[in-house]
Formats: sequence, C-alpha cells, structure tokens
Amino acid sequence: MIADDLAGKRIAVTGSTGFLGTALVERLLRSVPDCELVLLIRAGRMRTVEQRAQREIFKNNCFDRIREELGGKAKFDEAVARRVTIIEGDVGTDGLGLNEEGRAAFASCDIVIHSAATVSFDSPIDLAVEVNLLGPSRIALTLQDLEATPHLVAVSTCYVAGNRRGDAPEIRVDESPFWIDIDWSREVDSARRVRADAEAASRIPDRLRTFMVEAREELGGAGTPLLASKSEDNRKAWVKAELVEAGRSRAASLGWPDAYAMTKALGEKALGENRGNIPVSVVRPAIIESAWSEPVPGWIRGFRMAEPVIISYARGLLKEFPGVPEGTVDVIPVDLVVGAIIGVAARGPLNADGSPDITQVASGSANPLKYERLVHLVQSWFSEHPLYDTEGQPIAVPDWGYTSRNRVENQLNRAKSLLDRTEKVIGTLPLRGKQAEWSAKVEEQREIVTRALTYVELYGAYTACEAIYGVDHLLALHAAMSEADQAEFGMDPRIVDWDHYVHQIHLPSVVEHARVRTDGKRGKGESRSDRLRRQVLSPDRQLAAFDLENTLIASNVVTSYAWLASRRLDRDDKLKLAMKLIGEGPALLRMDRVDRSDFLRSFYRRYEGASVEQIAEDSAEMMSQLILTKSFPAAIRRVREHRALGHRTVLITGALDFVVEPLRPLFDDIVSAKLDVGSDGRYNGQMLEVPPTGESRASALFDYATKHGIDLAESCAYADSSNDLPMLEVVGFPVAVNPETRLASLARKRGWLVEQWSKSPGFKPSPIPLAPRRAITKAAPR
Amino acid sequence: MPRPGFVLDVDKSTPPILFHHGEGFRLEKLPAGRSRVIYPGEPLDALDDVESAIADALANPMDMAPLKDLLTPGMKLTIAFDDVSLPLPPMKRPDIRQRVIEQVLDLAASAGVDDVHLIAALALHRRMTENELRHAVGDRVYDAFAPQGALYNHDAEDPDNLAFLGTTPHGEEVEINKRAAESDLLIYVNINIVSMDGGHKSTATGLASYRSIKHHHNVHTMEHSTSFMDRHNSELHHSNWRMGKVIADAGVKVFQIETTINNDTFGQDGPMSVLAKREWEWSAKDRVSFIGMQQGLKRLSSPTRRKIFQSHRAPYGVTSVQAGAIEPVHEKTLQHCFDQHIVEVEGQTDILTLGLPYICPYNVNSIMNPILVMCLGLGYFFNMYRGKPLVREGGVLIMTHPTPWEFHPVHHPSYIDFFEQVLADTTDPKIIEAKWEKQFAEDEWYRHLYRTSYAYHGVHPFYMWYWGSHALKHLGKVIIVGGDNRAVARLGFKSASTLNDAFEMAEDVVGPQPTITHLKNPPILMADVK
Repeated sequence: MIADDLAGKRIAVTGSTGFLGTALVERLLRSVPDCELVLLIRAGRMRTVEQRAQREIFKNNCFDRIREELGGKAKFDEAVARRVTIIEGDVGTDGLGLNEEGRAAFASCDIVIHSAATVSFDSPIDLAVEVNLLGPSRIALTLQDLEATPHLVAVSTCYVAGNRRGDAPEIRVDESPFWIDIDWSREVDSARRVRADAEAASRIPDRLRTFMVEAREELGGAGTPLLASKSEDNRKAWVKAELVEAGRSRAASLGWPDAYAMTKALGEKALGENRGNIPVSVVRPAIIESAWSEPVPGWIRGFRMAEPVIISYARGLLKEFPGVPEGTVDVIPVDLVVGAIIGVAARGPLNADGSPDITQVASGSANPLKYERLVHLVQSWFSEHPLYDTEGQPIAVPDWGYTSRNRVENQLNRAKSLLDRTEKVIGTLPLRGKQAEWSAKVEEQREIVTRALTYVELYGAYTACEAIYGVDHLLALHAAMSEADQAEFGMDPRIVDWDHYVHQIHLPSVVEHARVRTDGKRGKGESRSDRLRRQVLSPDRQLAAFDLENTLIASNVVTSYAWLASRRLDRDDKLKLAMKLIGEGPALLRMDRVDRSDFLRSFYRRYEGASVEQIAEDSAEMMSQLILTKSFPAAIRRVREHRALGHRTVLITGALDFVVEPLRPLFDDIVSAKLDVGSDGRYNGQMLEVPPTGESRASALFDYATKHGIDLAESCAYADSSNDLPMLEVVGFPVAVNPETRLASLARKRGWLVEQWSKSPGFKPSPIPLAPRRAITKAAPR
Repeated sequence: MPRPGFVLDVDKSTPPILFHHGEGFRLEKLPAGRSRVIYPGEPLDALDDVESAIADALANPMDMAPLKDLLTPGMKLTIAFDDVSLPLPPMKRPDIRQRVIEQVLDLAASAGVDDVHLIAALALHRRMTENELRHAVGDRVYDAFAPQGALYNHDAEDPDNLAFLGTTPHGEEVEINKRAAESDLLIYVNINIVSMDGGHKSTATGLASYRSIKHHHNVHTMEHSTSFMDRHNSELHHSNWRMGKVIADAGVKVFQIETTINNDTFGQDGPMSVLAKREWEWSAKDRVSFIGMQQGLKRLSSPTRRKIFQSHRAPYGVTSVQAGAIEPVHEKTLQHCFDQHIVEVEGQTDILTLGLPYICPYNVNSIMNPILVMCLGLGYFFNMYRGKPLVREGGVLIMTHPTPWEFHPVHHPSYIDFFEQVLADTTDPKIIEAKWEKQFAEDEWYRHLYRTSYAYHGVHPFYMWYWGSHALKHLGKVIIVGGDNRAVARLGFKSASTLNDAFEMAEDVVGPQPTITHLKNPPILMADVK
C-alpha cells in the first residue's frame, strides 16, 4: 500500500504554488496521512514564504475536500501546521538560497519531488536556463553538499523528445538516436551572454531614442518623469522580447518546439551528469489539464495553455488554429500525473545504480485524443452552451478551419498591421469623448489579434507535433499497484473517456474559470463604472482636484482670450481679430501639443498692456456669456457633490486667474496661472510663476496636499488629456473626463473611471467666441 | 365689436382643431358628440390714446392724491417694475412699462426729485440683461439711469440691501428690497397679463427675499389656492395681502400703477395671425400660410425654430391704466382682466386637453425645459379657472408639447440638477419640499449664479413643481403627446405618440366614452366653471 510505504517519510516538494504542485501537496496530505512535507518556496516581493503558502496553496479550492473531510478549517490548519514545514529557497540560485534551518529540513528528507519550473512558453532564455536547465542540477548538488541521498523525482515534460513524427519511448534524452550532442553548459553561458548583450544593445542611443518616441506616442505630453519611467519600461520590454526570441530560435534550430522543452531536455541531461550518488527518477507529463476525478472532477488552477485558445474560439475571435485533423493532442488530466509522481516516489528508484529512470504520463499512445475529435467536441459543446456578448446575444462559434501555421500567422499579421496603421492614424486625430472610444475599440481589436497571434506562435508547435509518447513504464507501474492503490493513485490514461472529459468536465470548468457569460443574463449588481463612481464619491475621500478645459468646460485659453480681446472692439476689428486667430490656429495647436507651458507662456504675452480693472469687469461677464454656455452641467454637479461630501475641491488649471475667478464659489481653492502687473495697472504679459501644467501640476497638487495634510492616495483627480497624466497618477482615484484618444486607452487599461460629460443639451453656443456689444451695467450701489 | 369667448360643441362637421406644440403646431380631430373647445375672446378694443390714459390715471388716482402732489424735492423715490416674465410673449416697442415710467419720470423731474432708482422687481427670477432692460424701460431711461447705477435688478440674496419689515399674524416674515422700503415713495409699474399678477403681490413678492417668499411659495399654499388665478380663492394671494398690510404698516408708501392688455397676441396679419382665428373661419390664404409655416418649421433645426419664435413681439393693445392705492386699483384691474379672459363653461369634464405653446414666464429668450412644461400645463393652464377646475377630480390631463430634454445652461442651472437628481428620486411635491428644497435654496453656487450671472434662484425649479401641486393632487393621470419619452417619464407622466393613443390610455382611468374639453389657450382665456 502506497500510504503505508510513504508513512513516516519526509517528502520535499518544489514548485508547490504551481498547478501540478498544488495538486500534489493536496493528494499527499489527503491520501498519505502519515507523511510529512517540506515545501521549498521562493519569497515573494511583498510576502514571506509562510504568507505565500497560505495564500497561494492552502487557500485554493483544491483543499476544500480535505478541509471538509478533516472537519473544518481549524482541524485542517492544525494538520497543516503539524505536517508541513515551509522553507525559503529558490531553485534559480546556487545552493538554493537556503538558510541553516532550511538546509537542515531539506537534508532530513527521504524523497525530493522537484516540480518547480517556468512553464511559460515565452520565458526569456536566461530565466528558462536558470530555472529549467540548472534547477534540477542545483537540487542534486545541494543534496550532495548536505551529504543527503534522498530519492529525487524530477518532473520534466514529454516534449523533451522534440518535434518529430513517430514513437518517443521512455528513455533518457541522450539515449535517443535523434539526440544532438550539445554541451548544456555552453548553452548556460551563452544564455547569460545574450542577457548581457541585450542589456547593452538596449542602451545604444538610437534604441533609447525609439523607446522615448514610443513613450511619447503612448502618453503624449505627460511630462519628463512619467515619460522617462515609460521609456525605461519600454527598454525592459524590448530586452525581454530579445531574450524570448533568442530562446525560441535556439530551440527551433535544435528541433524543439520552444525554449521550455529545450531547457527541460538539457536539464534532464545536466541532472544525469550532476546527480552524484543521488538516485533519480524522471516523470514526464504531456499537456496537463483539469482533473479527471481528484480532488474533484474538473479542478484546475490558473489559465493554462488550451484554455485561452478555447475561450477565444468560443468568443468568435479565433476562427482558425494550425494543426492537422488526424494529429494527436496529448492531454493528460492533472490527477493522473499526481498519481504517477506519487507512484514513482513510493516505488523508489528503478535503476540499481540510481541512474535516471523515466516515466512518461501521456495519453497519445494508449488512449489518443485526435485533434479533429477535440475540435468537434469543443464546437458541439459551445453550440449548445454558447457564450454571450455584452449585448446579451449568444455568440455563434465559427467552423474550425484546419490550416497550416504559416497561413494563420500571415493572416493575423496582415490584420494586425492594418489595425496598427488605423490606430496610428486615429491617434493623431484630435478626438475626444465618444469618438475617442472608436480608437479604444480599434485598440481592443488589435490586442485580440495580437493575442491570437501569440497563441499561434506559442502553441502552434504542439498541435503540429506528431510524436507518440510511449507509456510502458507508466502502465507497468499502474499494473503493479494493489487495487486500492489503483483507485487512490490511478495513473492509467485509458480510463479517460474523452467525450465525457471534454463535455462534462473540462469545458464547464474552463468556462467557469474564464468568468464569461454563459446564461445570457446581464451581469447583476452594479456595473464597473458604478462601482468606480461609488469609490470616487465615498466619504473617505479627502480631496478632488479638477482640470478646467474640457473637464469642466468645453473651452480653452484661446477662446477666452478671443472673447476678452474682442469685448471692446468694433465690428471690423473683431472680424480682423477672429481671422488672425483662425489663421494662427494650427501653429498654436502644434505648439500646445509639444509643450503646454511654453505655449501658455508665449500665448499669454498677448495680454500685455491690458487694463487689470477692465479685464476683471469683462471676465465677470464672460462667465455668463461664454464659460457657462460651454460648461458641462454634470461636471459642475460633481464638484458640488464632492464639496457636499466634505471633500476639499481644488481647481488646478493653466488658465489665467481672472478667467476662473467667477468659478471661485465652486472650489475651496484655485491654483491657476497669474500674470504680472506693471506699475501702470496693466498686465505686462509675463507670468508670475511656472503655469500649473504637466508635471508641475502634479507637484502643485502634491505641495497642496502636503500643506493641508491630505492623503493623495485617498483623493480624486479629474482631467481630460494625457498632459494631465502626472496629476492623475499621483492620486488614488483618477477620473478621465471626455478623454482624448491616448488618455481613453490608458484609462481603459488601468481601470480608471471614465466620465462622458456634455454641454447642456439644446443650447447652441455661438461658434465664434467673440463678445457681443459691451453692456454698461453696474452693480447696485451700497 | 370683438366677439367674446365661447364654448364649441364638437360635431362631425367640426374641422380639426389647432393645438400648440412648442415651437410648432398640430391639427387634431376631436371626437364628435362628447368634446368641446373653449375659445378665448377676441381682442378687446384698445385705448385710443394710451399717453392720455396714463396721464389721467396719474392725475386722478384712486384713494390717493395725484402723483405730482406726492413728489417733493429732495425725496427718495423708487420705481419698481415687472420683469421679463411679463407679458408673454414680450410686447412690441414701446413697452407699456416704458410709457408709464417716462411719464412718472417727467413728473418727478418737474417736481425736482433727483434721487430716483429704478428696480426690476424680479424676486427669484434671473437678472434681466441689458437688452431686456432696454426693451422694458426704453433706451432713453436706460441710458439716463443705468450708467449711474440707478437702474438695476433686485437682488433677493443681498444681505446689505434687504429690509426686514415685520411678521404677519400668521407668522410670515416680510423682507423686501431696502431701497424700496426706505424710499419716501415706491411707485410700482405693473402689467397684469393674467389675474394672478399685481395687487400686493407686486411688492410683497416681486421685491422680496427668499426668506419672505418661502412663506407662500410652498406646497401647502398652492394646494389651497383654487385657483391661484382667482385672487379671492387663492391662499397665495391671501398671504401676499397679509404681507401687504405689514409693508403698509411699516410705513412704506406704495403708489400702484397697473395696466391691462388685450388678447392681440399674434397680430391681425402675418403668419402667426392664423393662431388667433377659429378653424372654420380660416380663409384659403390662412390655410396656405399655415401649411407653409408647418413645412418651413419642419425643415429648421430646433435652435433656429426657437430663435424665430422667441423673436416674436406681440402687438398687444393696452385696455386700461389705473393708479393709486393698491387694493382699489387691483380690483379694477381684475375686472379688466376678466372682461378679456373669462368664458363661462357649464360643468366639468373627464379629460382636459391643452396645446402647450413655446413660451412660459420663465423661458423668455431661453429654453422651455421639461420642468417648465410641467409648470405651464399643470401650474398655469390648469389653474385658468374660477369656481371648479375644468377637469373633474381623478380626471386626465393631456398636453401636447415636444418636451425635449434640453436646458439653458446659464438661465436654468439649478433646473438641470433638479431634473437629474431630485426628479430621479421622487416627483411627490411634499417629499421634494421636505427633502431637497433647503439644500438647493441655500446653495452657495446657485446663489452666486443668481446674483452675478443670469440664473434663476436655486429654489426656483421647486416653485415650478409646487405650482403644479394642486393639479397633481387633483388629477388621475397626466399624458404628454409627442414628447421625449425619457423626459416625460422623468416628470412622472405618460407618453403618447398621438392624441388618439392618449385618449385610449385615458380611458383606463376615466372609463369609456369620456367627455373631453380643450382649452384653446393662448390667446389667454380663463374658464368660469359653473
């Protein structure tokens, strides 16, 4: 009996926060009641290993069954505390980064199950090398250093056999006739070199310029600090892409589908050389998917390889996927893999000399699922259980086309480049509000296509792989077990009824995980924007900062200048002024786009010589004649709602103080541009200080908050353009109002509240912002 | 000899009846045998010589000495006048206020009075613009007084320029414009377009503060004014009369000048003249010009249509001028009003239909928003009765108006928020009053806009709603034909796309084969229901 064989044993597990690792820990706790576990976990950036273990392992619904069987949370927690030891360590570091306690705990183990890996198919080559290639060897070397000789069960993958047709038996990688003899240590060195080279290459001036240009394209005039941080992000992303590509091409050149399979294969080879006196068994699963029966049918963790493809198909987004109809999709339920690992661990090393024995856990040879069958099953299931779009309409699944990988890639690439171009064109148009949403839609389409392309690039090789993985060792192991063990730790792929599995187990589970609508009902409860709005209008907020132009009013500094300047002109001069401003329009717009504060500084020189008294009088009238006619009533209502809730309201604008003076009763404070006044009582056209725009607006807000003891994390800011990003980013609750294209897309990505506010319906302000004949009204005498 | 108003029983030969429909019109066939149409009287003969009539009224006032004897050198004189909400539509130049004020000022000048202020008595209405003031008082008066700051709008929120005069026995606080209260003589120049206007209400409301006005502009008062067009059965007026006594007891001397105008709203020629004619008397030319007007209007954008209608100036004739002590003057004024407006009607009806025009007192040079549609229909037109309401209790009111979801951003800011926040919460006047009024009335931003911009007071949309509260309590259902569905629903009313649909919907409330009465207003008429 396996439970008896493993009773009293200490078993170390790496990779326990992963899909397979979690299932393994659960089964050991539940079905091997007298074993102890030592979990090697990497510390998170924010969490200790104990917190990670609780959050990422034991909270998972995988443990619901055992929690219930033990009689509740308290009993379960007690069992975990008694049987499980958590140690901090990292298979990416030589010596595993263990401290003394960790070394002692690790040394005391009878069995080590190494399932930690970077399973992502698009890992950078250096990361894949450190974890997948060197990881198993590091475990073995550390154990030798500790003078311990437990049985090491290393989890690998069937795909180490590489892209090929025909049988792939359970033999060591270097025993295969197709093995190309390469030196794994050279691969390690070169992967590290590629990292260093890419880091250096990313810093050459031309590239850095490109990163800056891209940052500006995305964020616009968001100010130096934000643009700098963005271009550094772009640089890192570029380096990563280089490393991913380096891995992919190196793997392809050696006949592996990707860097994952390659590094796993070389990892097996390296382990064989480095194992010293440690007995080793290798377990190679194929594509691991949701559970057949343990702990419950359909249990799955994370969004894995096939799921995004399936969901994209059900959403009607992916119409074709490369693959041959008669090819085999080698899927294996996770609980069978767990059974095999425990079976191998209980059995012990197969070879007397401790050299690696191999067990493959795959379905392709014993109980194959043909690609055509899978497609048919998926299609028929979604025809009966369609997903629903946001309008509540069922989505009809497309007929699946079997095409070559190249054709699909070409099609997707063409679509992507068209959408790229469309997006670029739209991005340069001065759109805002509802129109800016088009661009958000184009962007969304482009992302969908990009994602589809990624799937094809990543997984296309797997549906095209026609290798058949032998499972003789697996079946022998299963056959040798007692009947009770076969029921408890079954690993025979022949038990899987694929029709039942796909229709009754896997797809319902996938759909549930994807959180997509399958009932045609609208989401109940409040919508996302209602929830965001409620957060913005919570009494806990402390401050609400507002931009002026296109946030509160549909107007700008040029309009108010035109109005004030024309107020005391006769008809002909008014016309001349209007023509002049219209002529200058494009140049002004350009200047504004490049640098707002330079634009303001230069534009405000026009006020030189204007009488302070006269401007003040005219501004009061401009409030009624221009500002209010172009205001957004909902915006003004929002300012007032914040005030009523006791939030401090602040207007932060590059507009001039006299223009916004009539808005003072709305705000606790106004931070605006100010002009210097000469001794003759007239403006001299110079600004008194840097106008609050771009990053200086953020610092103005920051200073304001510090001065008044306000927590910006508990504050809101409203603005319309990516120039305002610095201000939006310093607060906890940013709101994009009628956002222009760039801000619309940023707000969507970052999950910010977006408000579409319009002018009062029915009223048509004059298209030309010129003042009517001047009135001679005076206030009542006191 | 102008023909008086009358009631037409609709039979099979009755042509379709013209309904006002905002900035447009509808021709509607009413069911024969059970419908009737109340037509207003034709315009009464106007005074031949208005100038002499004014002079005569000033020289021979009722229960007061002649005006010239009341004017003495060195005195403080204030002339208050009705604001832009009167008359509707605005009258052709010269406005009757201008003609009266010019004569008063001539008398004051010859008496050596040089401390004269002119105040637009706008209560909680928006301030009048320069152009509107010029239209009301004339350019000569405007240019002589405005630059010195002696012609201006009343400010009901200026704490430094209000005088508290006392409290009525009912506990109503009386607070009015300080300059008016402290003048040696207050001359009030009014236009009595409907019987609600004038009397003590001119000063007690027109020059008062929110603190004072709230005592009679509330749901209780309006529900007990049956109707507010009938001063002797109007709690609104009883309250104003009590306040008038407090004002007089405080020593404020008021010389009241009231004027009445006739029903010549649309003129005798021009495209609008057809609106004042009875349908079966339309000439071939009338028909052609009506069809032309309908087609033309259809092709215009709604702001353009609005501009055209709002620029209409009525050629009203002045029918009377009376001056002197408030109460006798007003009784005589009311007689003149009733002479023009009253039509005797036999009994109530199941359904009352109204064609709502493009204008009401609060959207002159502005936009008739949905709240104003409610107020014009359920406030003003519903209350155009003496005796009993035209429609029986539990009956149905059907109004035609496009009721667009549109607001003037400068004139009606608190209306926008009232519509978005208050009506989204409830349409019950009592709940609205208790839950929301204070917050809007005392709002700093609305106060700022009322005082410095051209906005109605924050509380004004509430008054619009209260104005309809008597009707809301009385009626079983309100249906708007041809309105914006969303806006109509927000008002708490039902939408119908045709009048026939509305009749069918009404039958659910009043039963089959209901009786129908159409109040064909404007030109203005008031039903005396027996």
